[in-house]
This record gives sequence, structure tokens and C-alpha cells, in this order.
Amino acid sequence: MSGTAAPRPGAAGVLEAPPEVRPQRRRARPPLSEGARAERRLGWLLCAPAVVVMVAVTAYPVGYAVYLSLQRYDLRFPGAKKFTGMANYATVLGNGLWWTAFGITLFIAVVSVAIEFALGMGLALIMRRALVGRGAVRTAILVPYGIVTVVAAYSWQYAWTPNTGYLANLLPSGSAPLTQQWPAVFVIILAEIWKTTPFMALLLLAGLSLVPEELLQAAKVDGATAWQRFTMITLPLMKPAILVALLFRTLDAFRIFDNIFILTAGANDTRSVSILGYDNLFTALNLGIGSTISVLIFIAVAIIAFIFIRGFGTAAPGQEVARQ
Amino acid sequence: MTTATRQKSLWAIGNTVVIVVAIVPVLWIASLSFKDPSTITDATFFPRKWTLVNYRGIFDTSLFTRALVNSVGIALIATFLSVVLGSMAAYAIARLRFPGKGLLIGTTLLIAMFPAISLVSPLFNLWRQLGLFDTWPGLIIPYLTFSLPLGIYTLSAFFREIPWDLEKAAQVDGATPFQAFTRVIAPLAAPGMVTTAILVFIFCWNDFVFAISLTSTNASRTVPAAIAFFSGASQFETPVGSIAAAGVVITIPIIIFVFFFQRRIVAGLTSGAVKG
Repeated sequence: MSGTAAPRPGAAGVLEAPPEVRPQRRRARPPLSEGARAERRLGWLLCAPAVVVMVAVTAYPVGYAVYLSLQRYDLRFPGAKKFTGMANYATVLGNGLWWTAFGITLFIAVVSVAIEFALGMGLALIMRRALVGRGAVRTAILVPYGIVTVVAAYSWQYAWTPNTGYLANLLPSGSAPLTQQWPAVFVIILAEIWKTTPFMALLLLAGLSLVPEELLQAAKVDGATAWQRFTMITLPLMKPAILVALLFRTLDAFRIFDNIFILTAGANDTRSVSILGYDNLFTALNLGIGSTISVLIFIAVAIIAFIFIRGFGTAAPGQEVARQ
Repeated sequence: MTTATRQKSLWAIGNTVVIVVAIVPVLWIASLSFKDPSTITDATFFPRKWTLVNYRGIFDTSLFTRALVNSVGIALIATFLSVVLGSMAAYAIARLRFPGKGLLIGTTLLIAMFPAISLVSPLFNLWRQLGLFDTWPGLIIPYLTFSLPLGIYTLSAFFREIPWDLEKAAQVDGATPFQAFTRVIAPLAAPGMVTTAILVFIFCWNDFVFAISLTSTNASRTVPAAIAFFSGASQFETPVGSIAAAGVVITIPIIIFVFFFQRRIVAGLTSGAVKG
């Protein structure tokens, strides 16, 4: 490595150390060569800005959110700000609104991720195996992936609006799906699936490339049916990629906000926990309650991630990186 | 029909279904944007009377044009910063040995899973105290934070493909590790950086949660948030045409990326997924 040549001025912070002292320092920490130390320093230096930005903008605000959540803090009455301990948590967790939103969020997350997984797997197989038109499919599915969620949500909203929409016209007259709880939830799930299945499919496509072609050929020669090859070779070998895809999409779906905000604005009990948090903050202007909901969402996400990583043995992405 | 042709037509049908489903909602919003206001509620899939009046309408108001400037500016700056900081960290992850690398990767992963809404209430209050509320930096900072994990994963996956030996050769020839980075690795890494930039730009361009929570005026409101504040000519008129036209305008860059960089986007999303 470099750095073993002439010591650069001001390099190691050992400027004051006279040359004869250096061997002593060497003895204190023998395995580190000058080059390795330069490498270390460069490594830290290069990572520092990214780490500072990531930690400063997340760790500190989360701590601050915890602090705010322990206060009675209504922006309309800032004078009445007061430390109230866990009172906000008691208020939120003792309220039906939170549990309704929590249930709706979980329902949307589970149903949409399950359907996305099935569709995404089909898409991944199409993209890998199709004899014709693979490129066209890849291009087409990137459209839902890339399009601004808000724009897509408006498209769905107008499609299901009676008199305006091409889809609403297919329904019996008089039905307005977005004005009723369950039909609206299903429209939200549909919008979510349309938007994020491509992402799932691409993650699964990456997983498919981990399955050696020879193995599938060998199984075919041995008489395994297509279904057997899929369930007994492809799926097990893809398991790590599948779990990572499911983990990321589940967490993402649990945070659902844009689609609901546009499609229903949370009317008729279609609020997700994120919408509930937003409403408390910006409609009710209650910073204490809003922060409490923020903290609860954070905890819920942490629990979901924990279940995936411990329960299903999902390899945390990055472990491979660490090993290299 | 032979088996081969039958298989081919089966694939063709599958492909067609996928393509139609992917495209129809986009065509629908485009169709709405070209519909004359008098026919906008006729529920036909294609406009019966084509017009550009909706586009003229939105480009006449500063509500939209200013938001477009905000969207472009904020997304470009955030993307640039994210790719620069991400490249530095990804280079270190892919090439250097240093203690704390595992911790860094773990932190990055945690941020990737972080629920954005949890930050909205504390940032809203902090930004008001720091004077960052409703400013460009007020949005650029959270975008940078949340796009860095994506950037670092994608870039380190690309960086690992770059041949080590070239860097060593440069160092043998007397380059410092920093020079080896800027002169040798960076040009080789350019394709990966372009890909990452596209993914990060799409992420910033797309954001709604922060855009609607951390802004209050035209000063920094981006298009997705501004659309939600469009109003019709009268209270009884929903601005369907304007919203659709604005939606089409901000979809254009995405369509361009998809058409010209399709391979790169797929490579970027899949490489990060398997290895990172």
C-alpha cells in the first residue's frame, strides 16, 4: 500500500512526535502499518459526511419526538405546554381511532404485499423466461415504479369517480367506491399494488439470477415438473432474496400515506397510521399527540423488522457487504 | 400450431396484459389532461374533443410554474449531494478496510427502513425554530438523508465490480489513495453513479410526505404537494383538468428516464438488492 514512503507533512497527527519516539508507538500498536492507518483514516473520512447527515436527521429528531410525545403541546395553546409523562400514549392507545387506523394499515400492508408477491413472482418469471418482448415488459413496468405516486393516485381517483371515470362506469350505477370504507380500502390496495409490484418484481428478478440454470436443467432431465422445479429448487434458493423483498415492501406498505391522502384523505375510516399522525399534527395542530403517533409508528416498524430478521431469519441486507 | 408457436403466443399474451395494465392509468391521466372542460366528466377513455386549454391554464399560474422550479431545483441538488456523499461512503465500504464498517452498514439499513412520517412532527417543529421551514434546504436535507441508503447500496454494488488492480496500479505509480479515487475509480464508476443519480432523483421527485408537511407556500412547495392545492374556477368545479395536466408534466421526466435508461434502472435496482 501507499503511505509507507516519505511521511506526508501533517499526515497522522504525529507532527510533534520526534522520530525516535515512533518505534515506541509502533510497539504499542504493532499490527497497524502506516498504510493501514492511512486506509482507516480515509475510510472514516469518506464515510463521515454520509453518517453525519443520516444520523443527525434521524436519531436526533426521533429523540426529540420522544421528548415532545411526553408533553401536552397544542400549537393553538402554546402557553399550556406541560410535561405530562405517558398521558399522550394513554390517550392514543385508549382511543378507537388509533386502533382502527392500525388495523386498516396492517390489512392494507398484508393484503397488498401478499398479492404483490404473487404478481411480482409472475412478472419476474416473465422478464427472465419470456421468449419475446422481454425488453418491452421491462420498460413498461418501470412506468408504475417511476411515476409520482400522487399522480397515479389521482388517476385512480378519477377512474373511480362516478360520471368521470372509465372504471366507475363499469360498476352498477349509483355506486361510488371511494365513499365507502371497504370499497375505498380495496381501491387503495389496488393503487398500491399497481405502483409497487414492479419494484417487488425487480427484487425477485435479482433473486432468480441466484438460481443456477444447470440445476433446473438437471431436475428437468430427472423428470421434475415445472411446478416441482419452481417449489423445490427455485423458491428455496431464492429464499434470502424473497425475505428481503418482503421485509422492505412490508415496511414500505406500513408507512402508506400518499395514496390514501389523495384517494380518500382518510375519510370513512380509511386512515392509515401515517395519515392519522399527519391529521393530528396539521389539522388538530397537536404536536404532543402527533409526536406520540410518530413514536408509535417507529416502534411498530421496528417490531415488524425484528420479526422478519429474527423470526424468518431474513439476512439483513448489507451482511454480505460486511463479509467482503 | 406447433408447441413453439403456442408457447410464443402465450408469452405474447402475458406480455401484452402486463404492458396494458402498466400503461392504462398513465394514458387515462393524459387523456383527462387533453379533455375539454365541458367533456371532462363524459367518462370516455379517450377525449372526444382535444384541447390544450388545461396546459395553458397551469402554465399561466405561478402556483404551478414556481412549484415546478422548486421540484426541479430541490431534486437536482439533493441528487447531486446524495451521489457525492454516497460515492464517498460506498467507495470506503467497497474498497477500504476500517473498523466500524459493519456499524455503518447497519445504520444505513436502519435508515432505509425508517418511517418518514415519524420524522415529520419533530422536523416540523425543529425547522420552524431553525428557520428551515418552507425553504429549499428544509426539503433537501431530509431527501438527502433518506436517499443516502439507496445511494450507498447501489453504488457499493457497482463499485465492487470495478477491478481492484487498476487502483493498486495507480498507487504503485505514485497516486495517493485519494488520487486513485478521483482519477481512476471515479471515471470507471461513472455508469453506476448515473444509475444511482436516476434512482435518487426519482425518489426525491416522488416525495409527498415531506413536501406537504415541511412547506407552506410557493417558496418551496414541490409539484406533488402543489397539485393538492389546485382549485377550480369556482367552488363547484374540481380542477380535474389542471391536476391531470400538471400530473402529465411531472411524469415526462420519468418517461424519459424509463425509455433511455431502462437497462440501467433495472441493473441498479437489482444489483443493490442481491448484493447489498
